[in-house]
Amino acid sequence: MLARRNFLKASLAAGGGLLLTATLPTLAKAATLGHAGPDAVTLNAYVRIAPDGRVTITAKNPEVGQGIKIMLPMLIAEELDVAWADVQIEQADLDPRYPAQVAGGSTATPVNWLPLRQVGAAGRQMLIAAAAAEWGVPATTCTTAAGQVMHAASGRSLSYGALATKAATQPVPDLKTLTLKDPKSFTIIGKPTRNIEVPRIVTGQPMFGIDVSVPGMLYAVFQKCDAHGGRLVSSNVADIRKLPGVRAAFEVKGGTDLRGLLDGVAVVADSWWQANRARQQLQINWDEGDIAGQNSADFAATAVRMSKGRPETILRKDGDVNEAFGRAAHVVEATYHYPFLSHMDLEPQNCTASYADGKLEIWAPTQNPAPGSKLVSATLGIPESAIKVHMVRAGGGFGRRLSNDYMVEAAWISKVVGAPVKVLWTREDDMRHDFYRPAGTHFFKGGVDANGNLLALADHFVTFSQDGVIANSADMGPTEFPARMIEHLEFGASMIPLRAPTGPMRAPRSNGLGFAFQSFLDELAHAGGRDPVDFALNLLGKPRLLPDPPGPRAGPGFDTGRMAGVIRLVAEKSGWGREKLPAGTGMGLGYYFSHLGYFAEIVKATVNATGAITVDKVWVAGDIGRQIINPLNAENQAQGSALDGIGQALGQGLHLEGAKVVEGNFDTVLPLRMRQAPPVEVHFLVTDHPPTGLGEPALPPALPALTNAIFAATGKRIRSLPLKDHDLSTTA
Amino acid sequence: MQYTIQVNGAPRPVDVDGETPLLWVLRDTLDLKGTKFGCGAAQCGACTVHMNGVPIRACQTPIASVGTAAITTIEAIGETKVGQNIQAAWIALDVPQCGYCQAGQIMSATALITRVPAPTDHDINEAMSGNVCRCATYTRIRAAIKQAADAGRA
Ligand code: FES
Ligand code: FES
Repeated sequence: MLARRNFLKASLAAGGGLLLTATLPTLAKAATLGHAGPDAVTLNAYVRIAPDGRVTITAKNPEVGQGIKIMLPMLIAEELDVAWADVQIEQADLDPRYPAQVAGGSTATPVNWLPLRQVGAAGRQMLIAAAAAEWGVPATTCTTAAGQVMHAASGRSLSYGALATKAATQPVPDLKTLTLKDPKSFTIIGKPTRNIEVPRIVTGQPMFGIDVSVPGMLYAVFQKCDAHGGRLVSSNVADIRKLPGVRAAFEVKGGTDLRGLLDGVAVVADSWWQANRARQQLQINWDEGDIAGQNSADFAATAVRMSKGRPETILRKDGDVNEAFGRAAHVVEATYHYPFLSHMDLEPQNCTASYADGKLEIWAPTQNPAPGSKLVSATLGIPESAIKVHMVRAGGGFGRRLSNDYMVEAAWISKVVGAPVKVLWTREDDMRHDFYRPAGTHFFKGGVDANGNLLALADHFVTFSQDGVIANSADMGPTEFPARMIEHLEFGASMIPLRAPTGPMRAPRSNGLGFAFQSFLDELAHAGGRDPVDFALNLLGKPRLLPDPPGPRAGPGFDTGRMAGVIRLVAEKSGWGREKLPAGTGMGLGYYFSHLGYFAEIVKATVNATGAITVDKVWVAGDIGRQIINPLNAENQAQGSALDGIGQALGQGLHLEGAKVVEGNFDTVLPLRMRQAPPVEVHFLVTDHPPTGLGEPALPPALPALTNAIFAATGKRIRSLPLKDHDLSTTA
Repeated sequence: MQYTIQVNGAPRPVDVDGETPLLWVLRDTLDLKGTKFGCGAAQCGACTVHMNGVPIRACQTPIASVGTAAITTIEAIGETKVGQNIQAAWIALDVPQCGYCQAGQIMSATALITRVPAPTDHDINEAMSGNVCRCATYTRIRAAIKQAADAGRA
């Protein structure tokens, strides 16, 4: 099945010691990124063991706060059998030898779990072989621990450092013959492991993209058209050049691809403050293009109109929903809506570029450097071989930094001024020039029988198109839950043309669909007089694996037993249904499968007479397989994801008017704050399945768990977000 | 304009426009990059520094208004016992995710414990709600503040 040959190379490291270079076929595929097959992605690792025993492992993936910089080296170090304290981690640059340098889709764990451990095991075997040769004993009589090879019978031991140079000349083992550790003997994997960067973070060391400093660097701002894709007609740029500190100001003619260089005016100055201040004097005439109907209010009206007709596309049709509605004991119709969202990375988009003599050096806080390098090459007409991209730590990603628009801006501006330039966006730039989580409206109809069991469900999903095709991350698959759980189900979709660019945001699609479907299912449970946990377990039925339909996004399928498992666990941990809650307080359930992870969450919330919401507590139960690689980070990620969902539900939503985003800062789009943040209790259900990632799947259940809790507390059904737009008071 | 401000215990002469926010003087003129920019509008707290021990938003503080006040930034917060306790608790509990907000969080938390050695949850909510953590590490920030407070009273 694996066409490509395993490739593991050992050589002498500069300065002595062993250097291991690995190119391995991946054995797990990243279903959510849609890779074509199991050996379509290769990945590499570099491991160096120095004569003094220090082990250096390169971290090849971008770090955006997901903890990958230590997680991947943990896998290698475990099987190499070294002490974690002896491991140093170096961040790699963008390097064509590393073909999958991307942070997205919660893919790093499934993709790297086996191959990186094999790299470590191969290194260990070569060190043992070197020791066995030295002592003239069979390799099978040697053992290892914490960077030492031991021979128990003779009581001898040698450190990896002492063996490293000799190990480099040993034959490279065949990966098939390697034995991996029994998980029971893990000393690194599964142990709470601290992020090695924290000492630098808490002392304010420069480490983020915005902190990059290059000799002779100038600072730039770039004003684009807030009506996405608008073209520059004219500007008063000549006046801007006379302002204090300004070194250059010029118009840029960009293209039509919203992910590339766009029309705008660049202002370059000695300091960023001067550049941004000068920009406030800019007067630009834009050709905004056709903005008709590009308003949130128009979208809402269009959605209602579309819902009255047949869907443009049928996504799935099982049984006969109308016949089933006809014999249902209760039929519920409801419309659910979620808004556009900005990623709101706390570090605004930025990039530093230095162009000189036909060569370009770039420092980019990006989640996805390879396409950025290609974009810069194509836009500036510079071969990729003349471009060097350094990956810099990013102050949050959440999917925003999968696009590289800031990279091409910095490169272009640096080339025009002939000096190193740091481009830094304001918060308003960041919020008005994002690749938005698309809004969506679901026109649902559902029917339950006399026992309160779900009989049929129909959804007309009104979503968005861009340039005639479904907008990025605005689609819905045919297996969206509860598809396959019931006999009669119909999903259809219609699309409204959209100008604003959309893109993936943490748990793409699922972050909106989870709210809509899980809220409506809760509504149906109550309509039939069923307890929501009961209703969910009944709907899931007996444990079984439902394979995905074939296609580029096909993964390992949906396991109803694993979903039920986390629902039971979260119900038990939260005390669901066991205590009588005071008036105004309620508990709500949300459960969702995404990015290979099964998560169920319960929120307890209180609404007082004035309508103020207190989120009292969140319980999270997740099943991400048989091994939590770093429990310390796993808990942090799960808590952060759940709270991210709570924050979105409470206070976040963007409006479009005339093709422009109205909101610009945190006064109108409200990030979650300390006083709103409830305790989050996280439990993992360990099941015998391959380990998977968790930067995303803990988010989707949090939103419906909260809105369902509000229903339980107040009897008011929340069918649109954010909650700040709802009046929940009972005093008026 | 020439100004001499007191930063982390030393006089620092700078030549900038009087309206320049302290944030950009620290970051770009004095190369103290630990203080961060998140919103420029007093909404996120990423730019929090101490002025005479009181947390302020450096993005909203024109350099001309600083005068002789003592400015302390994240780079020097470890010189106080409280700052050390906070940093140690942040490391022990592995608080950060992306880490971008944490300088501001630490400055607000240090000011809180200096003022209120045994803060309640309510005190923490009041003192920390101006600091946004987009990664939502609030659970651990709260725990770390309590741990640092305990260490200070031990
Ligand atoms: S940058 Fe000053 S409060 Fe956000
Ligand atoms: S750790 Fe990322 S913003 Fe707080």
